[in-house]
Amino acid sequence: MIEIKNLHKQFGQTEVLKGIDLKIEEGNTVCIIGPSGSGKTTLLRCLNLLETPTKGTIKLGKFSLDFQDKKPVSKDKVIKFRQQTGMVFQGYNLFPHMTALENIMEGLVYVRKQDKELSRTKALQLLKKVGLSERANHYPSQLSGGQQQRVGIARAMAMEPEVLLFDEPTSALDPELVGEVLKVMKELAKEGMTMVVVTHEMNFAREAADKVVFIDKGVIVEEGTPQQIFEHTGHERTLQFLNKLCS
Amino acid sequence: MFANERMDRIIDIVVNSFLPMLKAGIAFTVPLTLTSFFLGLILALLTALARISGIKPLDAVARFYVWVIRGTPLLVQLFIIFYGLPSVGITIGPLPSAIIGFTISVGAYNSEIIRAAILSIPKGQWEAGYSIGMSYRQALKRIILPQATRVSVPPLANSFIGLVKDTSLAATITVTEMFRVAQQITATTYEPLVLYCLAGFIYLIFSTVLSNAQGQMEKRLDRYVAG
Ligand SMILES: Nc1ncnc2c1ncn2[C@@H]1O[C@H](COP(=O)(O)OP(=O)(O)OP(=O)(O)O)[C@@H](O)[C@H]1O
Ligand SMILES: [Mg+2]
Repeated sequence: MIEIKNLHKQFGQTEVLKGIDLKIEEGNTVCIIGPSGSGKTTLLRCLNLLETPTKGTIKLGKFSLDFQDKKPVSKDKVIKFRQQTGMVFQGYNLFPHMTALENIMEGLVYVRKQDKELSRTKALQLLKKVGLSERANHYPSQLSGGQQQRVGIARAMAMEPEVLLFDEPTSALDPELVGEVLKVMKELAKEGMTMVVVTHEMNFAREAADKVVFIDKGVIVEEGTPQQIFEHTGHERTLQFLNKLCS
Repeated sequence: MFANERMDRIIDIVVNSFLPMLKAGIAFTVPLTLTSFFLGLILALLTALARISGIKPLDAVARFYVWVIRGTPLLVQLFIIFYGLPSVGITIGPLPSAIIGFTISVGAYNSEIIRAAILSIPKGQWEAGYSIGMSYRQALKRIILPQATRVSVPPLANSFIGLVKDTSLAATITVTEMFRVAQQITATTYEPLVLYCLAGFIYLIFSTVLSNAQGQMEKRLDRYVAG
């Protein structure tokens, strides 16, 4: 359902992504791992066009976009394409001037133009799902990091995207709050949500991923099942990276 | 004996001038301030949006406008509008001239306040808006401007109080606002110290009331920020 072909991204003179090819099946959870600066965030942001790729094609759901230098995709197309995706940010990025409930309703009411009451019902269901029914009327500043991130997940889910993108969703959290967020993500994975997760949580990758992708210096070094990557990798760079994480 | 007589005369003048001056304040100074500030705020918002639009010609026009207005005295601007323009066939009455002059001035100064407030909102807020499918306009309206408003209320309130005081410049283009009334009474009573102090006192009342209103507004806008 997602097919990335020969994806390049350049910032000025530096090429950050150097020809990425990746297929993601519907309902799968794909974890992207790799050293700092390898291009994981950039790849994820190219998937919802927060960054515009310099070259390559991305097929996602109904749309297939072809990127070439100096031939911009129309704004309208970008928005339509992006609306098939949802994103969960490392820093949560909740709207601070809205309550948890309003954060989740916002897209339904003002982007989808859905009825307010229906949207409220749906937002409340989502809050319940992430275990935050009691916090509906709290502002983000009144929530813990873990709670904020769960609202962030619910906000993205509300738009019923084809795929959910996560950029290190737990790396800004205190260790004791990581579990509650990963638990929600595991449930989503089990329910068949298609997810692309950039993460340093190897245990999560081991348990929840259908596919693990190791990326270094802007190229995919290898991809495979968690078992293949974590236990039987033949690649020197993968081994080095995994060893460094453990030590 | 002499001192007493003088005292009585002064009290007389104060009592007799206070009401006309307050009336001029309420009839001219307040509406002039409110109208100019409101129109100026719209102009400021448009200018700020032009500056951040990333559209080069728009940005250039906005920059030029701010540069000229901030770099020239308000008094000179008022004189150009009221005394200068008639020589090219554009004659504008005193009050409209004042409103135009103040609006243009407020627009320039406040556009910088609004621009800074918009830029102070983290990029992640735009991106979060985009990530739920918003367009630039939607993200601006629903996500960025509400937060920027909160940031810009204190500096805007300062600018507002500044304007209350600046409206006294309208006296120089014959608007019968409060200060001009003070000047007129001075001309007949020869008590400049008393009358100008009285004018200052009334300006002080106006700005104090407005400062308190600002405090109330900030409290309301701050409700979601406190932990
Ligand atoms: N907007 C940008 N402009 C210029 N360079 C950028 C930009 N964004 C990212 N880069 C560069 O691209 C490279 C890859 O960045 P990216 O954020 O994708 O790495 P990452 O794999 O997510 O790293 P980390 O694990 O630290 O989050 C880095 O060298 C970074 O400095
Ligand atoms: Mg990153």
